[in-house]
Amino acid sequence: MKRLVIFLVVAGLLAVTPFVPLGIPVLFTNAVNSPGTLQVLASALVLAALAVSYDIIFGITGLLSFGHALPFALGVYGTNLLMIHAGLTYPVAAVVSLLAGLAVAVVLGSVALRTSGVAFAMVTLAFAEAFSLLVLTDPIRKLGGEEGLPVASEQVPDLFRGVVNTRNIYWLALALAVFTYLVARRVVTSRAGRVFEAIRENEPRVEMMGLRPFPFKLASYLIASGLAALCGSVYLLVVRGANVGTTTPDFTLAILVMVVLGGAGKLWGAAIGGFVYGILTLRLSAVATSDAIDSLPNWLSGPLSEPLFVLGTLFVVLVLYVPGGLSAIGSGLRRT
Amino acid sequence: MSSFVLYTATGLGLAGLYFLLASGLSLIFGLMNVLNLAHGAFFAVGGYAAWWVMDSIDAVPSGPRFLIAVVAAAAVGIVSGVLVERGLIRRLYGHHVDQILLTIGLGIAAVALMGAWFSYDPRLLTQPDWFIRTTNIAGANVPNSRLLIFGVAVLFLVGLLLFLARTRHGLIIRAGVENPSMVRALGIDVSRSFTLVFAVGGMLAGVGGALGAVYFNGVSPSLGTSQLIFAFIVVVIGGLGSVTGTAVAAVLVSLTQIYVNNYLATGMGSVSVVVLLALVLLVRPQGLMGKALA
Repeated sequence: MKRLVIFLVVAGLLAVTPFVPLGIPVLFTNAVNSPGTLQVLASALVLAALAVSYDIIFGITGLLSFGHALPFALGVYGTNLLMIHAGLTYPVAAVVSLLAGLAVAVVLGSVALRTSGVAFAMVTLAFAEAFSLLVLTDPIRKLGGEEGLPVASEQVPDLFRGVVNTRNIYWLALALAVFTYLVARRVVTSRAGRVFEAIRENEPRVEMMGLRPFPFKLASYLIASGLAALCGSVYLLVVRGANVGTTTPDFTLAILVMVVLGGAGKLWGAAIGGFVYGILTLRLSAVATSDAIDSLPNWLSGPLSEPLFVLGTLFVVLVLYVPGGLSAIGSGLRRT
Repeated sequence: MSSFVLYTATGLGLAGLYFLLASGLSLIFGLMNVLNLAHGAFFAVGGYAAWWVMDSIDAVPSGPRFLIAVVAAAAVGIVSGVLVERGLIRRLYGHHVDQILLTIGLGIAAVALMGAWFSYDPRLLTQPDWFIRTTNIAGANVPNSRLLIFGVAVLFLVGLLLFLARTRHGLIIRAGVENPSMVRALGIDVSRSFTLVFAVGGMLAGVGGALGAVYFNGVSPSLGTSQLIFAFIVVVIGGLGSVTGTAVAAVLVSLTQIYVNNYLATGMGSVSVVVLLALVLLVRPQGLMGKALA
């Protein structure tokens, strides 16, 4: 009950954000309801949803996948390519690329899940890297290579087109985050979800009790991949294009960082991690060029204005001293 | 024919780099089950050390200066390896996933740090003239640097194999890869070997970075991380923990990559390597010469 109230309050507050004309000093230069800030928030919401989807496979099922950027990028690129070359409208393209993402996940998941542990991590990493290289080198001259592919805006409904409608995109991102969270919640609390957790805790014992872990692991991989593909379709609208950065192994590691930052194995923790990460990467460089940091000597102010340096260091500190991530800080405080 | 020789020589040069990067990864993983995602940073750090020596010690002629640069890169690699193991990895013994996460954060922070200090633009490395000149082999003009990189990698392979086979430390490492708990039960402190493999891995990666700066014509923060994925593929194909397997796989992977890029389609080389990995895993999940994966 208490959980439901918190959920409704958070979702409600986020839903009315586009009407709030206030500014948050330091973090945002413009008011919260300005298109620029709403875009940052929308992108953070998509990353929150993506982190929740990754938490299903990593935090809940305990499979260390280094290839979660792949289904996300398939959503981004698939939707855009279908709009450009097949002339599909945005919603149809999003659904088709979701199905395509699931089909790819069935094949790759069946191969990758033959291995486990670190080998699984490396295999998934290699698959994602193959796609990344394919996009980057672009042998068929349709994927945009390093420059990326701007979104095919004539196929996008009017509702989500142009800077004036940024708030609609924001609400779409919020709807995605809520949907992803609810699906993930439903999955985790289902009977199959219990098996996912059992596999994380002790796979041989699951086998001993007469269950084959493989179908459950594949199911977890599929659900996470499908949700990630959906996140990709929405992300395409938020950033108005397909960028090769979403395909790289670095991006997969970023998703992992989000989940661990928030607290792996807790869906709301992952959501917070993704949201915080999204805002930090986009706004940290602006914060870091503030006067306080500029007055420091060069060898120090340089690294501090690198978002990835701050995030990487923060991540190391969290792993060393706060293994449960940001969500553990919260529950730790409650306990004391 | 002459182009085939040139491609092969280039491939062997790349194989040398892969081996230097992957053998440390393989040893660290084989002994400690730590997948070191900060290993690419060691590689880049070595590259920057070499660049700094080549750039600032003008008094020495460029040939011997490059030797100093490689030694400096090795030293910096050793120091980074020992610092990372002693200072950070050691705190998380027994938590394999946390150790991996730690090295991820470290790798991200280290690349950004190098970017902030040295800028993300590549720094050009001053090379001795001999490196750029070519040697005629069977009608092909092969750049000397490719041969040098391969030669150095072979030297380190032989050195590493002798170290593992003939010294007491090597014996403990080999035994630790087989069965760490048994080694501990015999009263040997395996954790000292942990520091040792990190030092050796850091040294190999540092030297690799210095040579990588020659191969790629410059040093940038992502010098190592961009090659790390191929190093992982080499490690898995070769079999985790096997130095010989890593060497064989390094040659296999780099030649596949170069031949496919030049004879089939540009850009497909890297993809074909991933396909090779998938095939090896389907047929032989433990790799060419590795122990069975946990």
